[in-house]
Amino acid sequence: MDLASAKMIGAGLACIALVGAGIGIGNVFSALINSVARNPAAQGQVQPFAFLGFALAEATGLFGLAIAFLILFVF
Amino acid sequence: MAIEIRPLEQFKIERLIPIHIGGVDVSYTNAAFLMTVAVVLVTALIMFGTRKRALVPGRWQSVAEMSYEFVADMVDTNVGHGGREFFPFVFTLFMFILFANFLGLIPYSYTVTSQIVVTFALAAVVFVGVTIIGIVRHGVHFLRLFVPQGVPAVLLLLLVPIELLSYCIRPFTLSIRLFANMLAGHTMLAIFGGFAASIGLLGIFPLGINILLVALEVLVAALQAYVFAILTCLYLSDAINLH
Repeated sequence: MDLASAKMIGAGLACIALVGAGIGIGNVFSALINSVARNPAAQGQVQPFAFLGFALAEATGLFGLAIAFLILFVF
Repeated sequence: MAIEIRPLEQFKIERLIPIHIGGVDVSYTNAAFLMTVAVVLVTALIMFGTRKRALVPGRWQSVAEMSYEFVADMVDTNVGHGGREFFPFVFTLFMFILFANFLGLIPYSYTVTSQIVVTFALAAVVFVGVTIIGIVRHGVHFLRLFVPQGVPAVLLLLLVPIELLSYCIRPFTLSIRLFANMLAGHTMLAIFGGFAASIGLLGIFPLGINILLVALEVLVAALQAYVFAILTCLYLSDAINLH
């Protein structure tokens, strides 16, 4: 296998990390909807944590995406 | 007609004013310029916003007060009592990262926070500062941070190294989170922009996606500044309250 095709495959594999980010973000917002549906008064208290969780979950996926970009464009 | 897409070109550092002191390159670069702009804008916002000190705030004063209250509230709830003396640091950090992120969203400007050097320097300051504060406040007792309470002694053999490791990788996760978000977001914008430019009339679809992506990036820019600041608060809380 030559280097160019190996790079493409590697970048594709690195993007699998986004699966975890997707699951994580879905989890965060499903929990938010659940809790707000049960207790609408708690929305103000819960929402900042939801967005914190969203940002943290999104970042883990972006690590993988950053690796993919590095493989494609830097090396 | 093929347009070459170079999505990483936007992160290139260019020397605006070349300065060399004793063989060390300390040129004034476009990154340094954007940092200066961010600092000047934050300072201007706070200074002009609070100059009149009206009882009923105008637009600028409202923005200054809102950002102040937002961060003050964050410090109060997360660090608790005794966190107020660190408010200026957290506020400075938050406003600098926020403005750097937002300035990066202006087309053809430069995203300072997409450089790992910048974010790691910020995170290292937080890490070293928090550790020093913890040691000064608690002395040897600071090490209790690494020993979870109410755990059997056998498990401690496993847990203490894990706690120690998770403490030591904090500057790396803190810096890489911000850096990767900015790098990935801006690269993605450039890639979709390249698509839009290279496929002619059909390019209207990637252009539409790009508009949505810009909206997402605005959210991410604010959110990442918030996350950086709130994690700084949590680390400070660890060092001050020891769990």
